[in-house]
Amino acid sequence: MALLEVTDLNTRFRTDDGIVKAVSGVSFTVESGETLGVVGESGSGKSVTFLTLMGLVDRRHAEVSGSVRFDGQEILGASGKQLQKIRGRRIGMIFQDPMTSLNPVKKIGWQLEEAVLLHNDVTHDEARRRAIEILKEVEIPKADTRIDDYPHQFSGGMRQRVMIAMALINNPEVLIADEPTTALDVTTQAQILRLMTKLQEEHGMAIVMITHDLGVVAELSDDVLVMYGGRVVEQAEVDDLFTKPEMPYTWGLLGSLPRLDITSARLEQIPGQPPSLLHPPSGCAFNPRCAYAFDRCHEELPELRAGAVGEGHRFRCHLSDDERARIWEAKKASLGAAEGSAA
Amino acid sequence: MLYFLIRRFFWAIFLFLVATIITYIIFYVIPSDPAHIACGTHCTPQIVAHVRKSLHLDLPIYQQYWLFLWNMIKHQSLGYSYADGEQVNTIIRQDVPVTASLVFGGAVFWLSISIPIGILSALRPRSILDRFGMVFVLIGISAPAVWIGLILAYVVGFKLGWTPIATYCNLLPTSGVGTCSGPAEWAYHLILPWMTFMFLFAALYVRLIRANVMETMSEDYVRTARAKGASSSRVLFQHVLRNSMLPVVTILGMDIGLALGGAVFTEFVFNLRGLGSQLIQSANRDDLPVVVGIVVFACIAVIIFNFLVDVAYAWLDPRIRLST
Repeated sequence: MALLEVTDLNTRFRTDDGIVKAVSGVSFTVESGETLGVVGESGSGKSVTFLTLMGLVDRRHAEVSGSVRFDGQEILGASGKQLQKIRGRRIGMIFQDPMTSLNPVKKIGWQLEEAVLLHNDVTHDEARRRAIEILKEVEIPKADTRIDDYPHQFSGGMRQRVMIAMALINNPEVLIADEPTTALDVTTQAQILRLMTKLQEEHGMAIVMITHDLGVVAELSDDVLVMYGGRVVEQAEVDDLFTKPEMPYTWGLLGSLPRLDITSARLEQIPGQPPSLLHPPSGCAFNPRCAYAFDRCHEELPELRAGAVGEGHRFRCHLSDDERARIWEAKKASLGAAEGSAA
Repeated sequence: MLYFLIRRFFWAIFLFLVATIITYIIFYVIPSDPAHIACGTHCTPQIVAHVRKSLHLDLPIYQQYWLFLWNMIKHQSLGYSYADGEQVNTIIRQDVPVTASLVFGGAVFWLSISIPIGILSALRPRSILDRFGMVFVLIGISAPAVWIGLILAYVVGFKLGWTPIATYCNLLPTSGVGTCSGPAEWAYHLILPWMTFMFLFAALYVRLIRANVMETMSEDYVRTARAKGASSSRVLFQHVLRNSMLPVVTILGMDIGLALGGAVFTEFVFNLRGLGSQLIQSANRDDLPVVVGIVVFACIAVIIFNFLVDVAYAWLDPRIRLST
């Protein structure tokens, strides 16, 4: 049994302009100890999916349906009390912007101790001891004095370490990391990713890495979920996804990834804008931006179907197996050709 | 911190000079003869001239102003009333407790109603309570102080007879025939003025608190707190309130400072002998020293409360401590 099992999750927001279909029919599983990468543009529904399963979307404006089973127990629509017991203790979460994700008027020690005291019946001194311990674990220098500092006295990278410490202080089984490195500079990004890998080995938790950076996915993930327009458009093991992506959006993502081993004159880009979730295009959500779209793509939503590898690799595309294979071969060749011409 | 205090001190002096000079200029421009008023109705021109000389009204305006500054610095005296020759210091000392009782009591009233309503309507936007609060706010903003005061006095004080309609009682017990005093009488007589203040200010504060709480609720660190497993009430009290009270503290300091300079209309309606009604009376009599004295007091009140706001800010928000 999977640790986290999401089936047909839907999130709809009621707004003054109409209903926003932020997440539609998303299903996936996370096994204990594995890393799931979730990739997509802004507005693809990747963050909302995980805020929904944590019960962190505003219930007054959101309609949620589907099923989320955590350790065999249904948690979608669970009471506030039940969710509070899971949040921060069994599922930790870190967010994109470390500059705004810590309370500016409380010392970081207070904020870490709060996380301990919410879930454990321990004394303040014990909570503080654990807070210092975890700060050391996330490699914050002089942890026993810095614990009495306020968030504004830390740099962005250090604050993200504090956030990671806070999410891991109760040894959760799952860590949901919502673009944890997006707001950081490149060297700091690398440090944070290395730290997360190290902590995963030590704590043995599963990580959900939400990102728009395929490089991060390639480095850390076991499985990958590609999201577009609130739906899963491709899911595969990481090697499969990179060696044989099966649908045009993923091709575009891979083509736009800068690579040092291929000197291409210009990065490929996916034309157009992400789809409106208020008025999504009919048929396949990607059809307005897809170079290979034909009539059927405008009329009918492609099912998430298995490819040649089997159930482990699923995608949404109306193109036939032969066509996709041909287009991908050509794409690979063109990337190679760019290399050749530059050399 | 030292730099901050020095800067604040010079700013205060500048503010004080500007306010008093403007008051002097206004009085100079108004065509009037304070000496005539001071002398009374049965004065010969000779006596008026004598009075004018003794009050230094024959000097040019800049010399009068200089004399006022000199007396204040040398003797800590604000001069003597033209109208009845009483020391301005004494007049202000008598009037301040009335205005202060009104303003501070009123502040307690308006905060104790606007904080809970503001928070509740922020937590449940568009609920019945929120809409009711909105109506209340519109009444408070639209209605003038005089009107609210008179309606309260008429309905609660006169028709229902629940409270006194006017006048003030001392907070501290004093003896004497025909005077009322003591905390109970004091509060009993001030209920209606406080209610008037509450209507006037609570309206704005409800909106201010509602907007700030809603804004803070959508901050990332509030989401972090919920992701930690904190309950809604813990999130509200430990993470939202302190952050959302910062702007409220600023406005509160300014309002109290300003109101101490004279809650003119409310005092007028309830016949309270505070700085506001004194200011009107003295302005009507061209009693320049008393008016300037009240302006000086108002300046000091505004400066002190602005300083208190800064101190409160530094206490509430650790980010400010380093930058000052």
